This record gives sequence, structure tokens and C-alpha cells, in this order.
Amino acid sequence: MALSKKTLIHMYETMNRIRLFEQKLQEFFAAGEIPGFVHLYLGEEAVATGACSVLTDADTITSTHRGHGHLLAKGGDLKLMMAEIFGRSTGYCKGKGGSMHIADFDLGILGANGIVGGGGPLAVGAALAARYKKTKDVTVCFFGDGASNQGTTQEALNMASAWKLPLVFVNENNGYGISCPQCKSMAVVDIADRAAAYDMPGVVVDGNDVLAVHEAVTEAVKRARRGEGPSLIECKTYRWRGHFEGDACTYRCVEELEEWMAKDPIPRFEAKLLESKTLTQQEADKIKASIAGEVDEAVAFAKESPMPATSALMDDVYA
Amino acid sequence: MSEKTYLQALNEALKLEMERDENVFILGEDVGQFGGCFGVTQGLYDKFGEARVMDTPITESTIVGAAAGAAAAGLRPVAELMFVDFIGVAMDQLFNQAAKMRFMFGGKATVPMTLRMPQGAGIGAAAQHSQCLESWFMNIPGLKVVIPSTPRDAKGLLISAIRDENPVVFLEHKLLYGVSGEVPDESYTIELGKGEVKREGTDVTIVATSLMVHSALEAAERLKADGIEAEVVDPRCLQPLDKDIIINSVKKTNALVVAHEAVQFSGPGAEIAAMVAEEALDYLDAPIKRVGAPFCPVPFSPPLEQFYIPDADNIVEAVKSIR
Repeated sequence: MALSKKTLIHMYETMNRIRLFEQKLQEFFAAGEIPGFVHLYLGEEAVATGACSVLTDADTITSTHRGHGHLLAKGGDLKLMMAEIFGRSTGYCKGKGGSMHIADFDLGILGANGIVGGGGPLAVGAALAARYKKTKDVTVCFFGDGASNQGTTQEALNMASAWKLPLVFVNENNGYGISCPQCKSMAVVDIADRAAAYDMPGVVVDGNDVLAVHEAVTEAVKRARRGEGPSLIECKTYRWRGHFEGDACTYRCVEELEEWMAKDPIPRFEAKLLESKTLTQQEADKIKASIAGEVDEAVAFAKESPMPATSALMDDVYA
Repeated sequence: MSEKTYLQALNEALKLEMERDENVFILGEDVGQFGGCFGVTQGLYDKFGEARVMDTPITESTIVGAAAGAAAAGLRPVAELMFVDFIGVAMDQLFNQAAKMRFMFGGKATVPMTLRMPQGAGIGAAAQHSQCLESWFMNIPGLKVVIPSTPRDAKGLLISAIRDENPVVFLEHKLLYGVSGEVPDESYTIELGKGEVKREGTDVTIVATSLMVHSALEAAERLKADGIEAEVVDPRCLQPLDKDIIINSVKKTNALVVAHEAVQFSGPGAEIAAMVAEEALDYLDAPIKRVGAPFCPVPFSPPLEQFYIPDADNIVEAVKSIR
């Protein structure tokens, strides 16, 4: 794969940014400083990073309730995200959305979504808008294995294919829909097999290999930009944490978790970069330290920010 | 100005807005060559082509969701569901996605979509094709709810709905499509949230919507023979609701009857009655009366269906019980 050093380093930084951001959230959630609940992306960093590394700011994504990784990979601002998750007025949504409802339309982030399967139809609309306006922009619809069973997802796959929309469906199969393992919720082993029903390419990739994700999404995006329609890319990965923070995870065994943690996408990618001399260990450590600093700054920004005034409650109900 | 049907008025509104703004497009089931389930989009496919009048698969969730997504991405979609009853299939995309995007994203999203849906009983279509569901939509912050009763209103309100920056639920009545009235030929708007007094009166206010406006006007003519002058107020939108026009009328007539075809229990009349009770109770000389459908699904057999739909008789009876 002939990726530039700049791109590779950017991907490495993005994966680490997601990792450190999420670990910080884990810490502050446990300390009771974050309201509501958070769904962490730990372990799945290669999917968002690989997919978004193919996109421009003009391309759009629809995200899920496990959306922090997608948002960060698309360029989301750490401070604004952190402040939103802390419920502060300075956050992306002025404290009205929280973890599950962050959007940044300037960056093509059409929103995280609290409804499993909610993003598919919206992604169809965004892709339709790109074609209508005759741009070459592409939409990536992120969705989980759970959402793949929702009717909305199947409708969106069908309509996108019937209309040959510039849409890439990126399925992150982390093995569980809340507590329900894939083997209990669907008969197929590969969600990508469902692409055949809609006459679109269906590809299975190692979701813990950022380069494999990048490569598959690159092909799909090229196809979409050529006007040849959507693709379905299934990224096999694993959710390190429970469905939400505080989930005791009694439904899965420790061995399974350990097996997947051994396939941690970040050291894997780091080893490749070191081996190819794209990066030195010293540079890697420096990048991580710098990102840790960014995350700390984001936390400080969030904590210093005011809570929203109750007088702002009724703002933005209507345009 | 010329005589046009409600259906022609709607068709004209769509045509004019599509000519005016290239971001306006139509999507829905059978809206293309077929011309729409009831004919509202007739001729538009031939005029604007399939890139702007899009036949969709029978997938209501994705019709509504795609409209929301396209609207958020800068277009002005007008989506059609063949019958309002099918919104149940697509409700998440309407109430959790389209209606809330702006608020939950802190004002970042603007969702200028219009969702046209015919409702109402009277054509023997039975329980899953005949309901009036406006009270569902009124209860969802972020949506506007428009419910026109005349051809003139239908045209001006649809143009306003398309130009509005919010998701607008536009509820048409199947039995009104063939009703004629004077309609200006040019493009014009009617402000969303502004009602109209359809008939002046002094003795009782009848707040009515959609088909019931016509029943209320018929009732008013009959009441006149008994010396009762009824004022008929059509709010035209249920969200935003023109509170002033209702309260001012009640202050003048000192009595209120609310008439709608939706099920009476927890229907739009409940909100209007409560609002008047809160804000103008002292002006009332009599209890508020509501006329609405009984608490049962819409029946099929013609005599049952006719009995089910509230009519002028019910309105006359309600007025006479308090005047």
C-alpha cells in the first residue's frame, strides 16, 4: 500500500486520539463526573480511523450511539466533544445532545444517533443530496452488527443500491448487540453476505487492521464517486468495554476479551510503522504524549466551562 | 383568481415552488408517472423529470429519513406518504430524527422538509387507511403541523411549508381533494401559525379543522335559522397554534365548541379546550364542548363509517347543548 508518510502518521495519531479520549472518559465516568451514559469505542479504533482516512471534509458520515471514534476520526474537535459529554454550554450541542448526539456539519458529521439503525435512511438522504447537487461527495454510514438487523438498515441498503447512490455502508461488527451475541441474533456469519441481496459488493475485512479498512473503504469510495453505487464493508472487531460504562458484561467470558485485546489494533499498527521505519519509537512516544496533553486540555476546558443556563432551554427547538 | 380544487391548488403549489427553487424536489411512493396516490403530483414528473420527482420503493422509514437527511444536507424535499396511517412505520425517522436534529445538535442542523400525508375517513378504506393523527404530531416539539381546509389555504400553506426551515407535517384530507374554491393564480404564502375566521358570529365560537371546517360552516347556517350566530375559526395550523384568534373569538362569543375528525379523547380539541380554560375561563358562559370521532378504529361498512365521522348534526347538537 503506497500511503504517504503523512497519511500513515495521521492515522496513527487518530487511533491514539480515540484511545486516549475514550480512556479519559472511562476514568471520569467512573468518578461520577459525566451525566447520563457513555458507550465507549475502545478496541474499535481501526475502523473509524481507516474509513475516515479516505474522506474529505466535504464527504459526510452518519454515526451511531458509539460515535466518539467516528467523530474524532472525521476531525471532530476534542474540546467541543469533551465539553458536550460533560453537559457544558460550550459543547458541540450547547449541552443539549450529550455523547449520543454530537454533530459537526462543517466537517460532514451528520450526527451520532441514539437509535440503533437510525442513521441508514439519513445517510441515504445525504448521499441523495450529493448526487442531486452533482458533487462527487460520498457518505459513509457507520452501523453496528445490531443495527444490521433493523429494517431501516435493510431499507437503506436497498434504496441506495436501487438508486446507485454514492454511499458506503461501514459495518463495525463488534460481536454484540448490547448483550446479545451475533450467533443468537442472526443466522449469517458474515454480515457482508447481505450485500448480495442488494447487488452490491460485500467485503469482510479485519476491523483491527487499520490499513485493511483503509484499503477496502478506498475501493468503495472510488466506486461511489464513479457513480457505481454503494458497497457494504464489514469490519470484524471487538468491543473492549460493555455496551455502556457500568455494564457488568456477565454475558461474555474473560478469555474472549483477552483474546481480542491481544489483537489490539494500535500496537499492531505501531509495529508496522516501526518496522517500515515510517516512525521511530521516540516519535511514537512523542505523539502519544502530545495527544495525552490535548486530551487533558479538553478535559480542563470541559470542566472549566459553565453548565448551560436554563434560559437557553427553549433555544433551537425551531429554526 | 379562478375556481380550483384543493387537489389542483396543492399541485400548483408544488409546481410553483419547484420552478422557483431547484432545491425543491419530491419523493414518495408512486409520485412519478402515476401522479401520486390521489393525484396531487400529477404532471410534475413530465415537467421536472425523474431527478426531481422520485418514485421510491415502499419503504416509509427511508422516505422520511432520506427527506430529513437530504434536508440537513441543504435540499428542500417534499415527501409524500400515501396515507397518514403509514407514518407508524416511519415514526422514528420523523419524531426522533427530523424533529429533534436541530435541538439535540445545539442548533447546528436545519431540516427544511415537508411531509405531505392524506388523512381522514369517508372512502371506505377501513381502519388502517382512514385515521386522523394530528394529535400525535402536535405532541412532538420540533415539528410544525399544518392542516388546511380550503383550496386557497392549501396552496398558500403548502408554499409556506416548503419554504419553512423546519420539518413540517402537512395533513391533507381525502374528502377535500375534490372541493373547489377561489384560488389566486399567482404564488402566495399564508403564514404558518395564523388562523382565519371563516365565518363571523357573535353567539358561539366553533374552532374546527380540515373537513370539519366545512361541517362547521354548514352547522352555522342551520343554527342561524334558530337565531344563533356561530363564529367559525380555522386555526389552519396546530403547531404553532394561533392562540390569539381562538381566545379573542371566545372573548367575543363567550362559548366554545371544538370540532375535529380525530378521535375526541386526547385529540387536538383537548389542547384547545384546556388552553381556553386556562386563559379565558372567565369569558365562558357555558361548558366547552368537543366534537370528535368516537374512541374506536375507523370502521369499514358505509353506515358505520358515516356514523363514525363527526358531521354538522353533531356540531349543531353540541352548540344547542350550551346555547
